[in-house]
Amino acid sequence: MSIFDFLKPKKNTAQTAKNRLQIIIAQERSSQGAPDYLPLLRREILEVIRKYVPVDADAVKVDVVKDGEHDVLDISVSLPERAAPAGA
Amino acid sequence: MAEIIVVTSGKGGVGKTTSSASIATGLARRGKKVAVIDFDVGLRNLDLIMGCERRVVYDFVNVIHGEASLKQALIKDKRYDSLYVLAASQTRDKDALTKEGVEKVLKDLADDGFDYIVCDSPAGIEKGAFLAMYFADKAVVVVNPEVSSVRDSDRILGLLASKTRRAEQSDGDVTAYLLLTRYSPQRVENGEMLSIADVEEVLGLKTLGVIPESGDVLNASNKGEPVIMDAESHAGQAYDDAVARLMGEERPMRFTQLEKKGFFSKLFGG
Repeated sequence: MSIFDFLKPKKNTAQTAKNRLQIIIAQERSSQGAPDYLPLLRREILEVIRKYVPVDADAVKVDVVKDGEHDVLDISVSLPERAAPAGA
Repeated sequence: MAEIIVVTSGKGGVGKTTSSASIATGLARRGKKVAVIDFDVGLRNLDLIMGCERRVVYDFVNVIHGEASLKQALIKDKRYDSLYVLAASQTRDKDALTKEGVEKVLKDLADDGFDYIVCDSPAGIEKGAFLAMYFADKAVVVVNPEVSSVRDSDRILGLLASKTRRAEQSDGDVTAYLLLTRYSPQRVENGEMLSIADVEEVLGLKTLGVIPESGDVLNASNKGEPVIMDAESHAGQAYDDAVARLMGEERPMRFTQLEKKGFFSKLFGG
């Protein structure tokens, strides 16, 4: 405790906690109720794509989204710029 | 028609058993016939908090396995005639509870004229916690204003909305309420603790009650008297408010604001 403590900016860790929670909970809610096979499906798709194109681990996104009555499997793959064939 | 209330949280050590004991006692004090059941098989503790640990002869699992009747296993509270405790078994067998067995005990209690059945859930999201919430009409989700507790509560809210009898049979939702425990208005004021509004916003739920951080809770558990019986205690009074709200009464929140000290009390202390 120093007499100059009042000059330091007050750190608000509660706000940090709230921000972190909002992000992680939104993420977890979106994957809630999703089929359990999604992570494995994602990994296998990634392996297949990597046979042909070198992509990053986070290049494949697999989600189940609701479209009216139907569930739609939404797979998106972002390819690197100027994709070169693997092993070329 | 008995109302089944699960007291749950996901995370351990946030005050589920303390809250179960106080809620059950508060309901009984209002003239209701109440049974409070410990679902934490293997780690029995509700009996200690209720102060009846030396009177446990038969437990929940004995009843489910037909080794004792419900009447034999229900422990009548010494303070309130309409309050009964059903202790958890100390067995290490994880499969001791079955869905059919739990359903039968709950039905027998309802047929016996109980108004409320309070289910004290174990921590975690395994079988005991699942069975404690499965038959619930209402859920009291106990949360500490702290990141891991809030996150786990969100998980539990997700399970309440999908893995309960009401959800499976599309028989209306399990009504979920937040019970914020160990709340410190001073730390919220300092920006060190999530506020009531923060937790409500993150979880998207209204608060049933806010129990202030209090040494009285430990004193109450030392004595085996639910803290709601301590009329002097802020925590006890806050539990009484929460029980009143659970029964539909409107009460303003207390002990959630920092008490502003006047000039003289600042000067002279107190």
